[in-house]
Amino acid sequence: MSATLESRAALWLLGLFSVAVYIFQFAPIAVVMLLSFNGSRSGAFPMEGLSLQWYEKLFANDSILQAFQTSIVLALGCSLVATAVGVMAAIALVRYQFKAKNGISTLISLPLLVPEVVLGVALLMFLKLMGVYRSFGMLLLGHTVLALPFVVLVVQARLVGLRQNFEEAALSLGANRLQTFREVTLPLISPAILGGFLFAVAISFDNITATLFWKKPGIETVPTKIFAMLRTSISPEINALGSVMIIVTILLPLIGGFVVRRFSRGR
Amino acid sequence: MHAVELSQVTKRFGHNILAVDNIDLTVPAGSFVTLLGPSGCGKTTTLRMVAGLESPSAGEIRIKGQRINDVPIHRRNLGIVFQNYALFPHKTIAANVGFGLKYRNVTADEISKRVARALDMVRLPGVEDRYPQQLSGGQQQRIALARALVIEPDVLLLDEPLSALDANLREEMRVEIKNIQRRIGIATVFVTHDQGEALAMSDHVVVMNKGKIEQVGAPREVYEHPHSAFVASFLGNANFITGQVRASADGHAQVGLGMHVLNATTNRRVQVGETVTVVVRAEKIDLLPAGQGGLPGTVADVDYLGALARYQIVLADGTKLLGLASLKDKPLTVGQTVELRIDPKHCRIL
Repeated sequence: MSATLESRAALWLLGLFSVAVYIFQFAPIAVVMLLSFNGSRSGAFPMEGLSLQWYEKLFANDSILQAFQTSIVLALGCSLVATAVGVMAAIALVRYQFKAKNGISTLISLPLLVPEVVLGVALLMFLKLMGVYRSFGMLLLGHTVLALPFVVLVVQARLVGLRQNFEEAALSLGANRLQTFREVTLPLISPAILGGFLFAVAISFDNITATLFWKKPGIETVPTKIFAMLRTSISPEINALGSVMIIVTILLPLIGGFVVRRFSRGR
Repeated sequence: MHAVELSQVTKRFGHNILAVDNIDLTVPAGSFVTLLGPSGCGKTTTLRMVAGLESPSAGEIRIKGQRINDVPIHRRNLGIVFQNYALFPHKTIAANVGFGLKYRNVTADEISKRVARALDMVRLPGVEDRYPQQLSGGQQQRIALARALVIEPDVLLLDEPLSALDANLREEMRVEIKNIQRRIGIATVFVTHDQGEALAMSDHVVVMNKGKIEQVGAPREVYEHPHSAFVASFLGNANFITGQVRASADGHAQVGLGMHVLNATTNRRVQVGETVTVVVRAEKIDLLPAGQGGLPGTVADVDYLGALARYQIVLADGTKLLGLASLKDKPLTVGQTVELRIDPKHCRIL
């Protein structure tokens, strides 16, 4: 009897604790999103009526729109490169045997583990040594390195779960390796590829630490723009911009995860 | 000219795993050859080398007389059926079955005609527009067979195609595959660990163990005249009786078993006094009531199998034997004394 009572109390405490964790995690985000609709001129409580004025201002601000454009081009660009390279790397790692395979696998996922500040400084110094200076190109390269492990891990997991028999059957029926890839492998791993791509977009889109090291002065992404704005004043506009960021970076991985699960069922 | 020939084929994985050890094998045109053995015996590796999914470390593989060691799989013109069907889940049945024809310069019209014919052959007409997941396991296996055969391959390779099916369906598919194979007369290599499938379907059974071929022969030959203790024990219920030769003359020998004597046949010379092993199939032992002049024994255990009963009999000297008897009457009981009679031609010295 006491055992069930104890376990019921434990369950209750665990529930309370979980709720607390969620509140701590999401309350600040909720506050930002709530305040973005504030009618008053100050970016803080108390709220004075609802208004979309900060969103209007946001979309009238050329430098913010410019930052959005930079972020989107950067995110799409680095994700395309990371996806193309990542898919090939994943196939090589899963389907082929070669020397130093484990080493290369570790190397690819290293950006996940190395502190971003270190990575940021390292790439900056390395490229300076090579005579390359801060530019959009460096930013693109850096973001690609950051996004690559996500693509590789997602696609790799899918390939491991995909029986090699499908590819073997296609080969035995007369399709060469390229035709087999196009007709069988690619369609079967496409949900993972799309998922990996969306993860990569999200990673790039909300990166700030490394971006600060790599961007050329004058180029701003959305996160660095917010950072810059915060240094001068706390404008309610930032709340609106933050809300947009939150939506994009939460929604993308969610869609990614959904796509991967939805389309890889039973295959 | 044989459909498939392997000469001195060896396959090593890494440095110390010898999967297939210097085997010679021929598959005559139109015949059904089964590679039978426990898991890890090298049967699947052998099949995969013929398929081109593995390359031999040494030796030569020929298909219709042509050396194909260096021919990539997609140019070998083979039909392969995999254990888990391997139907493309994102393609319709028509696209699955017609897949191989796309790479053989066949027009779209002709493809759909041949697909329809292939589906007729496996008795699943009209399923062209469905997807593999919409079919049952047995149906998927038929589609896999149709897909492999529609390209008119030189050889059909079957990698444990029945093991994913449940028991009833398995027997049905066994007959079905055999009928289709016989009708189109295609040379077939079938890999299985199931002795029942091997005996029922094959023209030739190749029993493999530890990367080597133990014995090749017609099903009955392999079953009734096993060359080794492994073959005898892998197929059916076999007894191995050890004793000393007391007398021997042209193919016959008397083997001492305590106070009694077992009359056996042999196809080699045995010396008087030599210790030999005699193989006796469980179902070849007649169990008679006491007092008939056979080997006396006691029933130690009874396994009731429905149509049959399997008995463990202990002889006077402690030798344990398995007996298999059809149950026309009620089964013997534990502790009952019986006498064993075995026709000498079923007692073979290894």
